[in-house]
Order: sequence, then C-alpha cells, then structure tokens
Amino acid sequence: MSRPEEISPPEIFYGDVEATKYTSNTRVKSIQAQMTRRAMELLALPEDETAFVLDIGCGSGLSGELLDEAGHVWVGVDIAPSMLEVALEREVEGDLFLQDIGQGFGFRPGTFDGAISISVIQWLLNADSSSHSPAQRLTRFFTTLHSALKNPSRAIFQFYPNSDDQVQMIVNAAQRAGFGGGLVVDYPNSKKARKMYLCLMVGQQEIPKALNGDEMQVDEDSSLGMKKRREEILNEKRRRKDQGGKKGGKKGKKDLDAKEWIMKKKELYRSRGKEGVPNDSKYTARKRKVYF
Amino acid sequence: MVRLITHNMLACHVKNCTKDNFPLSFSDVELVVRPAPENLEFIQRFLPKLDWSALVDTARSLGDESLPEQMPDQWTEEQLKALHHVLMELHVEEGNMTCRGCGHVYPISNGIPNMLLAEHEVGR
Repeated sequence: MSRPEEISPPEIFYGDVEATKYTSNTRVKSIQAQMTRRAMELLALPEDETAFVLDIGCGSGLSGELLDEAGHVWVGVDIAPSMLEVALEREVEGDLFLQDIGQGFGFRPGTFDGAISISVIQWLLNADSSSHSPAQRLTRFFTTLHSALKNPSRAIFQFYPNSDDQVQMIVNAAQRAGFGGGLVVDYPNSKKARKMYLCLMVGQQEIPKALNGDEMQVDEDSSLGMKKRREEILNEKRRRKDQGGKKGGKKGKKDLDAKEWIMKKKELYRSRGKEGVPNDSKYTARKRKVYF
Repeated sequence: MVRLITHNMLACHVKNCTKDNFPLSFSDVELVVRPAPENLEFIQRFLPKLDWSALVDTARSLGDESLPEQMPDQWTEEQLKALHHVLMELHVEEGNMTCRGCGHVYPISNGIPNMLLAEHEVGR
C-alpha cells in the first residue's frame, strides 16, 4: 500500500494531478463514498432532520456530496487549494475553507451537530516543517474541535495509521481534549477491507459496533448454507467426542469392519454431493472369491 | 461561498486573540445571491445557536435590512423566509474578513476564505 503521507506535505501532494484523480477515478470515488457512508452511519445523526456538519479534509467534496444527499448543511475545510478548486467546479453545496486543521478551528462553541473526516488525520502525524510538532498540532486540533461540537454529538474519523504507536498517540490526544469513545475496526481479519474508524463522542454515549466478516454475507442463500455447514461441523465434532468417550480412545479404521467402513465413506461422499458413488447392493464390500 | 450561517459561527483563531474576536467584519465584499431550497424547520432549530446582534450587524453591513433589531419571540413565516435568505442564500465571493480584536485579515478569494495562519499566530 502506498503512503502519500511519506511523499510530501498534503497541500503539495494533493496538487492538480492528484486532485483530478478524485473526480475521474471511479475506484477512488467508490471507496471514498463507501467510507463516507459508513462514517455517516457511525455518526448516527437523527434521521429526517437537517444537521450542521463539519467535514474535515473535505477535499474535492466527494463526502460533501453524500452529506448533501442526506440533506445536511455542511462546512468543509481542507488545506489543499487544488482539491478545493475541484470542489468549486463540482458546485458542492457546502461552505469551503482553506485551513490547516493542525492550527485549530475558530468556530464558536457548540456550532456543529457532528463532524466526519475521511482519510485525513494521519497527515497530522507528520512534521512537514521545522516548527511543526505533531503532538502539539493534534492537541490543538482536538481541543478546538471539541469545543466546536455541541453536546451530545459525535466526530467520526476514518484514518490509515502507520503503526500502533500512531493510533495510541491520536487516541491519547483526543482523550486529553475531553473526547470519549474509541476505535471501531471494521473487518479486522481482512487485510483489504479492514478500515479503522475513530469514533469520538462529546458527552456520554455508547461506542458503536464494528462490522466483521459475518455481516458481509448479504446473500441469503449463502449465509444459510454457511450456517448449515457450521452446524454439520459442530455435529461431527460432537459425535466424535461422544464416540471417543465410549471407547475411551481414538476410533480408527481398524475398529470398523470393512463393510461398515465402506458404507460410512459412501455416506460421506453422498452427503458431500460427490458424483458417481456406487449404489449399495448385496455385493457391496463383499470379499472376492480367491481364484487360482 | 461564505454564507452568513457559517460566518455567524466563525471567530478569529489567532493565538491569544480572545477579545472582540467575533464577528469578523467584512470589507471589499462581492456578494452573490444563490437560491437555496428552503428548510425552515432547520432554520428554526438553528435559532438558539445564532448570535442575533452579530448577524443583524453583518447583514446590514452587506446591505440587507430585512432583519429586525431584536430577535422576534414569535416567528412568522415571512420572517423565517427573510432569515433563510440572509443565512443561506447570500454568498460572499470576494473580499476580506477582518478580526476587530487582533486585526488579522482573512482574505476570501473565489468564495474560499484563507484561514491559514502564520507560524507565530498559531495557538498552543
């Protein structure tokens, strides 16, 4: 996976070339949209009610478009002028600001009903100039954000941390600023689909649940099939355990006579749906006559 | 694209600028009116967040006299519509926002205010 944070500062990296990618590349678009949808789900704003939302690192306004669709009024901040220009061209509804989030916000207390940010805060961990101190910038960012949010509300950040230390640093800074909440890791066992969301809460709230592999099965049939299969495995295990208990040891091939063993195998093949399993008859597993 | 709804939420964030840092005053303004879909229920819910006197002063400095001096207790639909126009449809495209406390100027170009601070102005 490439890490743009390691290449150059955001205002330079997201130049004209990179900015156009965010509108012309359908893959980038679809991933961004997917993450934004999930972030909005985690944000859990009251339905059918227009909210005032802050989009941190709004870029070309991809996430803003989804906020528009949901009927929210939003304000976007970003540090890359090229990205904002693209947002202007796309005529998004929100107000745009050219702002370095590490310098903090100037919004009045209790302004926003929520905040989302897609793939942004890992940039705060970089020191792009000699005067930048990541810890200080994080603190400034989180404290000013905390005061700009109303109580109760949430801020959802999707981000790509480089290491566990980075996660720790971000979470600590957020907690020191007064936020509650924590990490939600979707699909933790998948390398590709794994996504980290930092869910920060103002006021007392419960942390939302992460998605794991099970919810991915949307297809009814396949999920049913999986269930059946799992049950079978469980049954098999239980049976083996029971048998083992009776005999007081492992039951191997030798404990069965030839016919039993063959019947068992045939049964197994049939249950697995294997083709060409011979029919049972009186000749099944019968010993052959000795010629000569 | 600076709407007054956002401007009414915006204070100066320069280091140690805590007095008179709200509202930022407009100058050399180029105004654009863009019709926006009305959502009066949202406006009504937003009322407690507004700083009314700041809003009225700003609207008057931009040449819009439709808002009353005092925040009405009972809102008529007409008043809400006027408020909607001021909050959501007036866009400042070009100009400057100046902090009355520290004098920092935030230039607006192409509808995007430049909120970047110099290194020595960043708060801790």
